Amino acid sequence: MSFYTSFGTVLLLLAITAPTAMAVGFGGAMAARARFAPLSWLGKGYIAIVRGVPDIAFFMFFVIALDQGIEWLLHKVKCPDWDEPIRQGSDFVVCDIAKMPLGSSPQWMHETYGFSLAVITFAIVFGAFAANVLYGAMRAVPHGQIETAEAYGMTHRQTFWRILVPQMWVYALPGLSNLWMVLIKATPLLFLLGVEDIVYWARELGGSKTAKFTAYPHEDWRMWYFLALLIFYLAFTKVSEVVLEKLMKRLSHGQATLGGEAQRKAS
Amino acid sequence: MSCFQTLQDYAFRSLGYGERLLPRSDFTLCEQFTLIGSGMIWNIYFGVLAVFTGFFLATALAVAKNSSQAIYRKPAEWFIFLFRGSPLFIQFFFAYFMFLSLKGVSPIFDPLTSAWLGALIVLFLNTAAYTGEIFYGALQSIPKGDVEAADAYGLSGWPRFRRVVWPTMLRLAWPAYTNEAIFLFHATTLVYFSGFPAWRQKGDALYYASYFADKTFNPFIPYPILAFYFILLTLVIISGFGLVNKRLNRHLPQARRAKLKLRINLIR
Repeated sequence: MSFYTSFGTVLLLLAITAPTAMAVGFGGAMAARARFAPLSWLGKGYIAIVRGVPDIAFFMFFVIALDQGIEWLLHKVKCPDWDEPIRQGSDFVVCDIAKMPLGSSPQWMHETYGFSLAVITFAIVFGAFAANVLYGAMRAVPHGQIETAEAYGMTHRQTFWRILVPQMWVYALPGLSNLWMVLIKATPLLFLLGVEDIVYWARELGGSKTAKFTAYPHEDWRMWYFLALLIFYLAFTKVSEVVLEKLMKRLSHGQATLGGEAQRKAS
Repeated sequence: MSCFQTLQDYAFRSLGYGERLLPRSDFTLCEQFTLIGSGMIWNIYFGVLAVFTGFFLATALAVAKNSSQAIYRKPAEWFIFLFRGSPLFIQFFFAYFMFLSLKGVSPIFDPLTSAWLGALIVLFLNTAAYTGEIFYGALQSIPKGDVEAADAYGLSGWPRFRRVVWPTMLRLAWPAYTNEAIFLFHATTLVYFSGFPAWRQKGDALYYASYFADKTFNPFIPYPILAFYFILLTLVIISGFGLVNKRLNRHLPQARRAKLKLRINLIR
């Protein structure tokens, strides 16, 4: 049963992470575009740092760092009169009520906490990538459009929301769909973060040994579980490809791009 | 223990030479640098061999995918889709367990279950698929005039491919190929993380980095060291590929030369 719900876990993660990462990315791109210099540095710095750090090392580092950061903050707030140092040699010690989640809390709290840590990590990492794509897309909107809007007397804010944002999606979509494919392929990393996802179950189920025999009661089935996973991901990728292509067609309608021009000529 | 002593003990630990026991307590910065650096040997081994061998398969795949005959095109398309459409993670797991069950069939398959060969095969096929797609894109964007000029000179078939199409394809694909190579080196960190076990604690850089992070509960030292090594490695790759890029573009006027544009990807 848990094996099947783990597919749900992966889909849920995608469903939550994708909008969150988009929101973070949109915020990042807006910050990078801001006319207020420190804000723009912040946005650009965020994009540059997250994109520059190699792969899964980031994931492994970030989850522990986030976990320890939250505990450290709680520790400072809840136990101000704790006088022992937090880092004792190679141990990380905080007072009991600052533990996240509380040691006494039920199992589902632990799982939810792990899951939300995963969501936050994914959102921060993919937010930076999305921010980069959106930032590029915002700059790709023809400048004449913005000048026209300003000539009509629109304020900076109005130009942004009414002219720039509706038009940028067609430029952002190729990058975003690429990102979506990467995100799909990143979900098996969940098992690194301790969430019981499909990879975890594939390893557990196929490889279970009975207590009596050290050998498997049946053949090693893990290979077939992983084959199933492989097919699951391939199918998922294929479906996404088809849907994104349809979306691109819709978005290019009436745009001053090659795709839009081709549609205009065809009709 | 002096740092020189540590270097003697652990510099080739990942290959099985030197001290057998890993440090257990009182980790010094020198130990972390040495061991993680020692693990980098494996990352470089996997990366270099996979990029080198993958290059040839990728060329074949690109040509096959570009072919007008379905017998060549379809298998290449499927191969590329198979390896680009699924996570490398899952590919490693699947390959490992497949090799395990092959091992039961015949002892000939024994070396496949160890990382040095099994993981190398997966990485080789994977990078060939990614690179094949890049080369295919480059093949599609070869200027029509170049091929027409070759025809006018009476070149056709193999000589035309060897002297006109292939060099132009490489030239166009090179910036993207550089990214792919960097990305592949990053992906080598997945080897000991998924499926393939590290035998006698002979692991790669990430294996040792996570060993230290586990023992000290302090991720802020080993992972930045790992990042430092990878940034160094990336710089080496960029300069190496940059030299080739220069050579491939040497006949072009200055303004039209393709600059290497770097794009670091995250996960494959």
